[in-house]
Amino acid sequence: METTLDQLRPGQQANIVRISGADEIASRLRELGFVPGELVKFVRPAPLGDPLKCFVHGSRIAVRCGEARRVYVKPVG
Amino acid sequence: MRGCQQKAVTAMASVSNAPTHPNQTQPRVALVGNPNTGKSTLFNALAGMKVRTGNYPGVTIEKKLGTCELGDKEIELVDLPGTYSLAPRSPDELVAVEVLTDNVAAHGGVKLIVCVVNALLLQRNLFLVSQLLELGKPVVVALNMIDVAESRGIQINVERLSERLGVPVVATSAAKRTGITELKKTIADQLDSDTNEHERCRILPSEFYGAVATFREALNSTATKAGASESKISDLPDDYLLERMLLDRGGEPETRVIAQYGDSARVALTEIREQLAAKLGDPIDIECNARYAWAREKLSAVFTNESHPSSPVTDRLDAILTHRVAGLVCFVITMFLIFQTIYTFAGWPMDLIDAASSWLSDSICAVMAPGMLRSLITDGIIAGVGGVLIFLPQIALLFLFLALLEDCGYMARAAFLVDRIMTTFGLSGKSFLPMMSSFACAVPGVMASRVIENRRDRFATIMVAPLMSCSARLPVYLLLIAAFIPQTSYIGGWLSLPAIVLMSMYMVGVVVAIPVAWVLKKTILRGEVAPFVLELPEYKVPSLAVVLSRVWDAGKAFVIRAGTLIFAASILIWFAGYLPGDHSKQYQLQTQIEQLDQSSQAAELLVVELNNESSKLLEHSMLGRTGHFIEPVVRPLGWDWKIGVGALASFPAREVIIATLGTIYSLGGDAQEEGLVGALQASTYDDGTPVYSVPVALSVMVFFALCAQCVSTLLVIHRETNSWFWPILSFSYMTILAYIGAWLTYVVGSSFL
Repeated sequence: METTLDQLRPGQQANIVRISGADEIASRLRELGFVPGELVKFVRPAPLGDPLKCFVHGSRIAVRCGEARRVYVKPVG
Repeated sequence: MRGCQQKAVTAMASVSNAPTHPNQTQPRVALVGNPNTGKSTLFNALAGMKVRTGNYPGVTIEKKLGTCELGDKEIELVDLPGTYSLAPRSPDELVAVEVLTDNVAAHGGVKLIVCVVNALLLQRNLFLVSQLLELGKPVVVALNMIDVAESRGIQINVERLSERLGVPVVATSAAKRTGITELKKTIADQLDSDTNEHERCRILPSEFYGAVATFREALNSTATKAGASESKISDLPDDYLLERMLLDRGGEPETRVIAQYGDSARVALTEIREQLAAKLGDPIDIECNARYAWAREKLSAVFTNESHPSSPVTDRLDAILTHRVAGLVCFVITMFLIFQTIYTFAGWPMDLIDAASSWLSDSICAVMAPGMLRSLITDGIIAGVGGVLIFLPQIALLFLFLALLEDCGYMARAAFLVDRIMTTFGLSGKSFLPMMSSFACAVPGVMASRVIENRRDRFATIMVAPLMSCSARLPVYLLLIAAFIPQTSYIGGWLSLPAIVLMSMYMVGVVVAIPVAWVLKKTILRGEVAPFVLELPEYKVPSLAVVLSRVWDAGKAFVIRAGTLIFAASILIWFAGYLPGDHSKQYQLQTQIEQLDQSSQAAELLVVELNNESSKLLEHSMLGRTGHFIEPVVRPLGWDWKIGVGALASFPAREVIIATLGTIYSLGGDAQEEGLVGALQASTYDDGTPVYSVPVALSVMVFFALCAQCVSTLLVIHRETNSWFWPILSFSYMTILAYIGAWLTYVVGSSFL
């Protein structure tokens, strides 16, 4: 059941499968630790729904929904 | 005075073109690292107060240099902006890479690189370290925040890590100042034992480097085919930049090389990329997989105890501060508190500065006879210098808060909370604080926009920030509201019309900012949406040293760069309001008044006569004549020539308007508010019709709300954008908008009121 990061429920954890795209956004996501094989946890959305606070590779990262949609994940547990 | 001005101008020029450093024997050491690794704190610990700032030509990132003593030697430290990767995607990022790779004195050759690494996020930080090791320069890793790591039970075998990486690793805690001496010693040792050729680490697959060589040959043949001279061929970008070109699609090196070598270069690049992709997969994946695999390998058995609890304090605080309701509430309260504090606490230093200027003026008046020189000193120079210094309390306080919020980690949360709103305006979450700061004063607000990494977002913020009604506009609003807005109130006294009008004036700026940002984003600042992948650092107690040094830097930069020119502008305005004109009668009256008892009736009569004389002189000065000259232009706004002169005179600094109006309405130098209110209300044209009415008052207020009447802001915009185009654009569009706005207000207002 592959899905995208923005589709996860608050508090849900998932394994990163791949990142789509080859532009600056994709590079930036990878530099900050969104790498295939890593575990990512969607913590909660901002009060207005966007951006999304996640926990990946040991650190808390905020990404916009549009960017989160590029991160393909498989939910865990 | 002219000599001082010249010196100041030369000083500014030399700081901004600073590559040629007077002391070439000081080896240069670059400081790099991820954001939020305590790099600034470390820089501070190493360089202390010996810091210089300047500009790299053509880009907007600040050149930050410091001197550090290592025993009997001195080194020059270059603080590069925090980054997660060396991929140069913008001109700013390319400059940083060029500083690191250049061996030539163009940017000053970097002899050694210190990479600051967060001990808690070692694996991710190694991504950057791996890139630095590929540059072929000596590297020292400062394993910072070691104290926090140890308190979490993380134990790192530093010797083993150093062995694995092949470079010295020093455990430091910049905040606690541990490991600094050892770091300095390691740097000194490395510099001493430096052999010129360093092995360039190769972390990516060998086929990749083969492709780079192919690309270099292709460029070479393009250059020779185009009949380029020897120098152009040897001018080929560093191997490192060629590597980046293959990896980063659409990056800055690609743009430059294609511009220089033309289409055949682009064709070659695309072809080689495709070949590479066929063999190894997408370039992005090549780099990412290679580097993270390398990091994992290097870290095996380095942790003797890897319990990795993340900060419970941070999570608990975030549960409140990023909460849907509580988070927003805390945010609003924080912003309000900041605003209110600045309002309250900037007040008294500003009054102090005002009082000091007045005292100084009075002292001069006591020892000098009235005359042109005295007027130049008191009305020109002292007023000018005072006009510059008056900004310092606000700048200092604002930067104090900004630095505190940034250093403790809350700034990122603020950007997180408001990003959604800001994107609808074409800006980003990080634009919020610069914009909010501009409600107090646009000078520190524009300077604060430095936190926005994306150039387009940053420039859009800079262009729009001055529309936020700053505190200098408030006296104008209050004056005109007191004079012309009826004191009616609604909802049983809760809401008064004056308060509503005041709020509306603030809203005018905000409301106009939205379409302006939109237009900018669709035209000059058009481009791809910037990524908003923002790291929320762990909360920590802000470092006093870092915070204070930021405040100091900001104040100093302002006084030196903007101060000299504001001062010059004030002198010019004084000049335009003084000449031509025979002031002898004015001097006579002044001398007479000063000899009498100030409260006597004779003195009062003379004061009235003096005011009349001053007003006449102003009317016939260059300023006054210009006011008359432009009267046809301002008539459609409902203004007369006196308001025109007031508006003109306040172009360097809005604060001038009150004093200018006071003079024009014959109230002498210190306008009493009540007196001025009365004078405005009583002012009529020759035929008896009142000059001011509610629509006129509103039109003046709207003009002030939208107009760029602040040389200080324009100069700070110049400094932040490193060009004259943007301040000129800012001035032009705001003046045009102000005119249209004032006109519309008058026309619409007259039909309804």
